[in-house]
Amino acid sequence: MPVKRDNMSSIQSLAAHRGAFRIFAALFAALVLAFGFQAAYAQSTLESGDLVAPVPAVTPPAALEQIDPAVAADVADPDAVVAGADSYSPMAPVEGKGMPSDGLLDIQDQFSEDGRFAYDLHIGLVWMMTLISVFVLALLLYVVVRFNRKANPVPSKTTHNTLIEVVWTVVPVLILVAIAIPSIGLLARQYEVPGEDAITIKATGYQWYWGYSYPDNGEFEIISNMLDEEEALARGEPGQLAVDNRLVVPAGVPIRLQVTAADVIHSFAVPSLWFKLDAVPGRLNERLLEIEEPGVYYGQCSELCGARHAYMPIAVEALPMNEWRAWVRAQGGTFPEDEAAAAEAEASLPPLQGPESAVPGAPGAGAAPTEDTSPTT
Amino acid sequence: MATTADAFQAHADDHAHDHADHKPGFFARWFMSTNHKDIGTLYLIFAIIAGIVGGAISGIMRMELAEPGIQYLTWWAELMAGTGDIDTALHMWNVFITAHGLIMVFFMVMPAMIGGFGNWFVPLMIGAPDMAFPRMNNVSFWLTVAGFLSLIFSLFVPGGTGPGAGTGWTVYAPLSTSGSVGPAVDFAIFSLHLAGAGSILGATNFITTIFNMRAPGMTLHKMPLFVWSVLVTAFLLLLALPVLAAAITMLLTDRNFGTTFFDPAGGGDPVLYQHLFWFFGHPEVYIMILPGFGMISQIVATFSRKPVFGYLGMAYAMVAIGVVGFVVWAHHMYTTGLDVNTKMYFTAATMVIAVPTGVKIFSWIATMWGGSIEFKSPLVWALGFIFLFTVGGVTGVYLANGGIDDVVHDTYFVVAHFHYVLSMGAVFSLFAGFYYWFPKMSGRMHSELLAHLHFWGFFIGVNVIFFPQHFLGLNGMPRRIPDYPAAFEYWNNISSIGYEIMAASMLLFFANLIYAFTVGKKAPANPWGEGATTLEWTLSSPPPFHQFETLPVIEDHHDYHDHRQDGPQTTTV
Repeated sequence: MPVKRDNMSSIQSLAAHRGAFRIFAALFAALVLAFGFQAAYAQSTLESGDLVAPVPAVTPPAALEQIDPAVAADVADPDAVVAGADSYSPMAPVEGKGMPSDGLLDIQDQFSEDGRFAYDLHIGLVWMMTLISVFVLALLLYVVVRFNRKANPVPSKTTHNTLIEVVWTVVPVLILVAIAIPSIGLLARQYEVPGEDAITIKATGYQWYWGYSYPDNGEFEIISNMLDEEEALARGEPGQLAVDNRLVVPAGVPIRLQVTAADVIHSFAVPSLWFKLDAVPGRLNERLLEIEEPGVYYGQCSELCGARHAYMPIAVEALPMNEWRAWVRAQGGTFPEDEAAAAEAEASLPPLQGPESAVPGAPGAGAAPTEDTSPTT
Repeated sequence: MATTADAFQAHADDHAHDHADHKPGFFARWFMSTNHKDIGTLYLIFAIIAGIVGGAISGIMRMELAEPGIQYLTWWAELMAGTGDIDTALHMWNVFITAHGLIMVFFMVMPAMIGGFGNWFVPLMIGAPDMAFPRMNNVSFWLTVAGFLSLIFSLFVPGGTGPGAGTGWTVYAPLSTSGSVGPAVDFAIFSLHLAGAGSILGATNFITTIFNMRAPGMTLHKMPLFVWSVLVTAFLLLLALPVLAAAITMLLTDRNFGTTFFDPAGGGDPVLYQHLFWFFGHPEVYIMILPGFGMISQIVATFSRKPVFGYLGMAYAMVAIGVVGFVVWAHHMYTTGLDVNTKMYFTAATMVIAVPTGVKIFSWIATMWGGSIEFKSPLVWALGFIFLFTVGGVTGVYLANGGIDDVVHDTYFVVAHFHYVLSMGAVFSLFAGFYYWFPKMSGRMHSELLAHLHFWGFFIGVNVIFFPQHFLGLNGMPRRIPDYPAAFEYWNNISSIGYEIMAASMLLFFANLIYAFTVGKKAPANPWGEGATTLEWTLSSPPPFHQFETLPVIEDHHDYHDHRQDGPQTTTV
């Protein structure tokens, strides 16, 4: 807007007017930022609320088809499963479920309750990031158009404006508080201590494969190596993610997943379960994991661990409880209720990594689930 | 042009007989230098060379990642180790990511920002004849060169399943101790020791210079913001680098002398190393960006012909970032098994940094608001910086959330984030500063056309490289892998195309240097007009070999920024 520069009083009044306008415009923009995020977050929570109903543990048709009829027949009577135990065959993965998809822009679909809660927060944060970036870009473009040398040959000499400086300090604080509240809530959920009845499974990182042991079920260990590309594709699985022996777990029940390493640091990560925990030699990290529905969920080692770091994938296969029990039997595993067969042996053995901290009133109850077993700390 | 300070009147006579441009011979001048401008030039040349090496390595990495499978690493294994063995080839990948990170951090960004522009312009801007300890300044530079050579040497000695250190720039134990057999990691550690020692000496030099050698009347609250940024950076260096030195010394003794600081078998803890490393590592990222903040402030004010908006807020925002930067380190360690309260604290503390950073972004925009902006190349780079740094900043707030980090930690999302703040933040500010001060340093004008073309090529290139990496990270692609599942191919391919655009634009940068030194016009003392108000623009281009033999006096009526004797007076509203 060209302004005649010979009329000082009109310039000054105009400048004062524009100054007030600027402050209001900035305040308005700031408020939009502060509450737009909240609104977007609230909306995404709502949407996810709507989504809750269809998601729960309905086995998708594709997965159902894969269930071996022999195993299915045994479902009604878990203890009779042994007969059909060797009929376990790896579940076929569903395209796009529990694995990355080419060209995808967003996080993989989530199959745990915490994962879906975190996903909503993620969507809120994406809105926050987009709005702030667009807001800054818009300000820059406005400045470039409005205050270039042609449009505004005489620069103003304004160097301070207390109000606007307070605004652009306080409003980001409000935005951050709005982020921090659900974020701290997410952390609290993720650190819920697994209950006494949670099934303990231990993952150990080695250079360059994973070992999965089942301390509650007779300590047997499964060694999991990557399948080579042709073999994986022949089995209908994604290359570089498929493994020979999967981490087989029950779906729909709490699992106490313990993670450690034998040589260097590895990291046990499954994106579609919102799960990542470092495998550190000398430490036993543990975290509650509850997978909502049966399926195959892939991940990769996520801490640089040497030459074949790229080639130690993780494949988690969640089975309905009965099938999982059948699988455990097939591996030669046992269950705590097998007392009739092993009562005497049980009595003489030390307890299998009992979840002491989960007993109400126990010394470690309510403590952080991280246990440091190294001697010095 | 400048009045003589009374206190220094006596010395003016001593120098009267001394010719200002009495330069030593070639070897003495460049290898035994005690002149801050020559040392600054050496640092800049060194940083450009290191940048070429580090940038070439990232080219190898983007070529390899353009499609799934191992394409080129076997060839590199043949070249470096004489064997095409797959484990050697994969080890070469880890060597490349390690070398790229260490070179870009310690031998490109830091030497360019602090060693190069800091050495050149801190004394000029505060009206000092040189740095406080000129000979120590020279030691700093040559220690940095020795560190670089040690790192290069490590590429040729065994370091595991092949030559070179393949530990990542973070050198995490036990991969860097029991996990890497052979002397390569020792040489890489020694390289960090040397570069760190050089930086600590440099930091003490800057602190002493800035506290003791400001021209009469140049109070702390009148110093240009670039000087403020280097002062804060120097304190960060002084406090953070000794911690790194301690951590990597413990690595050395764990490797060679049977100690077990980080070995659980002997009562140590690998996570202790991470705490020590990131206590250094997080301030380190501010070390790499704060001088950039300072440069952007100078440039935005100059080309808007307007003093910096909210000077005190800008200065103390940097102080605040520096202080808070020391208490947020464990946000790099969210997945190591921190307890829930620790994670909540580091989530909250990390987000606090967004506040002073926001103050800076908005103050730069407010500086331009109402200004009379001229779109010279330095300003265009500065505008690119402000936007891209904002993008990197908001993804930083995203990553600050400990619960969210569980899904994106150690994925390409993190790679995208830190390249937005470094490869776009720090590097854009370096190019902005380079085009801003090149006429002053060389006495020649560069081509504005080439500089603008360089900007657009680089801007498009780096965005095509790094923006898709956000998607890869969200999709779950881990960092530091040479080969990936087919589902990551699409965006990786695009990212590699971006590298070619970026690399092509860098040719324009070097063409511009050749242009300037062959046919470039002679630069006037102040090529940027009345907005350039700091003291370096009162000197000739290039400045005399020794400047300010009579000190300039900054008079009381001058505002924060205008240090020229005859500069216009501005009032604050």
